[in-house]
Amino acid sequence: MPRIGDIATRIRAKNAGPFVLTIDIFCPDPAGFDTICRALPTTRIAALFHQPRAEIRRFELPALNVLKFSLPRPVVQGSHNDRDMHASGWALLISALEAAPPTCENAPDGATRP
Amino acid sequence: MPTRVLIPAGALGLGFDVAALWRGIETRPDIIVIDGGSTDSGPHYLGTGTSKYSRAATKAEWKLLMEARARAGVPLAIGTAGTCGTDAMVDRMYDITCEIAAELGQSLKIARLYSEQDPAAVEAALKAGKIRPLWPEQPLDETVPDTCSHIVALAGAEQITAALETGADIVIAGRCTDTAPIAALPLLRGEHPGAAWHGAKIGECGALCSTNPTSGVIVIDFDRTGFTVRPMAEGARCTPELVAAHMLYENADPQILHEPGGRLDVRAASHEQADETAVRVSGAIWHEGPYGVKLEGARQVGFQSCALVLLRDPAYVAQAEKWCALLEARLHREIPARLELARGDYHLELRQIGRNATLGALETASASPAEIGVLLIATAADQATAREIARLANPHLLHMPLSDTEPQATHAFPFSPPEWDRGALHEFCLNHVLACDDPMTPFRLCTDEVHHA
Repeated sequence: MPRIGDIATRIRAKNAGPFVLTIDIFCPDPAGFDTICRALPTTRIAALFHQPRAEIRRFELPALNVLKFSLPRPVVQGSHNDRDMHASGWALLISALEAAPPTCENAPDGATRP
Repeated sequence: MPTRVLIPAGALGLGFDVAALWRGIETRPDIIVIDGGSTDSGPHYLGTGTSKYSRAATKAEWKLLMEARARAGVPLAIGTAGTCGTDAMVDRMYDITCEIAAELGQSLKIARLYSEQDPAAVEAALKAGKIRPLWPEQPLDETVPDTCSHIVALAGAEQITAALETGADIVIAGRCTDTAPIAALPLLRGEHPGAAWHGAKIGECGALCSTNPTSGVIVIDFDRTGFTVRPMAEGARCTPELVAAHMLYENADPQILHEPGGRLDVRAASHEQADETAVRVSGAIWHEGPYGVKLEGARQVGFQSCALVLLRDPAYVAQAEKWCALLEARLHREIPARLELARGDYHLELRQIGRNATLGALETASASPAEIGVLLIATAADQATAREIARLANPHLLHMPLSDTEPQATHAFPFSPPEWDRGALHEFCLNHVLACDDPMTPFRLCTDEVHHA
C-alpha cells in the first residue's frame, strides 16, 4: 500500500500565525489529487491531530492539484510544550499515512456507510 | 505607467543575490520594499522586544539597500523592523540607518512608524467592546493586556502610505502586515486594489514564487488591471503554478487574505506566463470592510533550565521510555521534598531525541537508533528555581539505573556542566482585532532629517 508521501510531490506544514497550523499537500496530477483527496477525509486529519472535526478547515484546489488543511495548532507556538517552533514536522505525519481507500472509519465527509 | 516595486528578499537578514539587486535597480523601480519580521520564529522576540538577526547581518544588507536606493533615487521601506516590530526595534533600525548614512555620506529624510500599544489602552478598548477574537479564539479578559511585555498592532497600507506621503527617503515601520509596505505605493497611485494586495502577498517572500527561491530579488509591476511578477536572478523564472501556489504559503485560507481595511478574494484570479521569466496575474477582488487592526501580544510565563544526557548503552536505548518514566517519577518525588515546591509550581519534561522529540505523543514512526538524547526541560517561576531542578536531576541523568540490582550506569554528558539556563519563557497571548475609526489612532508617525556632506 503506497503512502501519501509516495504519491504527493511535496507536503508542507507551516505556521499561519502562532495559533494556526496549515498543511499544503501538492499532488503531481489530477489522478494523484483525486487519490489523495479520497484517502484524506477530514475526519482522518482530525484523528491524526487529536482535534475535533469541526475545527479542521479543508480546501480542495483542483486548479493547483493541492489539498490544504488549516487547523488550530496542536500546541500554541512557543508554549512550554511546543516541540517544533516552525511546525514543519507535522507534515511528516501525513506523509507516513497509508493512501488507503476510505473505510467506515475514515469515510469522506458526507459519505454514507455501506 | 505601472508602479514598479522591487523586493530584494523575503526578510532583511536572510541574504539575497547582490547581482540580482543591481539588475533590479536597472529596471528603474518606483520603490524598494523589504520585510523585517514575523511571528514565525516564536514568542521570544516580541516578548523581549528583540530581533532574531544579528546586527551585523542587518547592517550589511541594509547598507546595500541604502546604496541601491540612492542609485535609484526612490524611497526604501522596511516593515516589521527587528523581527517583532516594537518601538525599540524601529529605533534600532533608525540607529543603523543613521550609522550607514554617515558612512555613505547620505542626506536623508527618515520616517518612523510606531506600532506598539499601551496595555492600558488595549484594556480600555476591550472594556469598550472594540476588540473581537479571531479563530482560533484565545482567552482574553481585562487582566491580560497588563501581563504582556509588548503588544503591537499590525499596520496596514494606510499607515505606510501616510509615511510615504511625508516625502521620506526611508520608511522604517514597526509591526505591519507582510503585504502592507508592498501594496502601499500601488494603492496610493490608484492601481487596481485587488492586484495591489494580491501582488503584495505573492511578493512578500521575495523570490519564493520563482524557480530560484533563495535569490530573493523580484520586481512587480502593478497597474490598473493586474500585476506582473518577475525574478531578477540569472536563470530564475516565475511560473503560473509557483505564483498561484504562493497564496497558500503560511496562509490559513488559500483564497481569502484579511487586511486591516478589508479582504482580498483571489478565487477569480488568472495566472499566465507573460514571457520567459514573468507571470501576469489579474482578476483578484478587493472588498472593503470595517477598519480593524490585528493585535499581537507576548508575555513572560516563567524561566527555563535544560540539561542534556546521551544514552548510548544499547540496553538503555532499548528501554529509554521506561528510563525516562522512572526518572520523571523520581524527580516528582524529590523536587517537592527538597525544593519545597508544590507540584503546580514547576513543570518538568524529558524529551527523547532520536525517538519522538519532534512530534511527542503524535509520533507514529518507530526506529532503533544507536543512541537517544534525553533533553530535560525544567520550567519554574524564576531562573534560580529552574536551575535547581536541573541540578537536582544531574546525578540521576548521569547514573540512574533501570533497576536497583544492576551495576551503576554512567551515561554521556556532552558538556560540563550538562545543564544550562535558557532564560525567560514567553508565550503569545493575543489573537484579536482592534476596531478603529481612524486608521492612524493606534499608530504614531515621526520624521527626521540626517545631513552628511
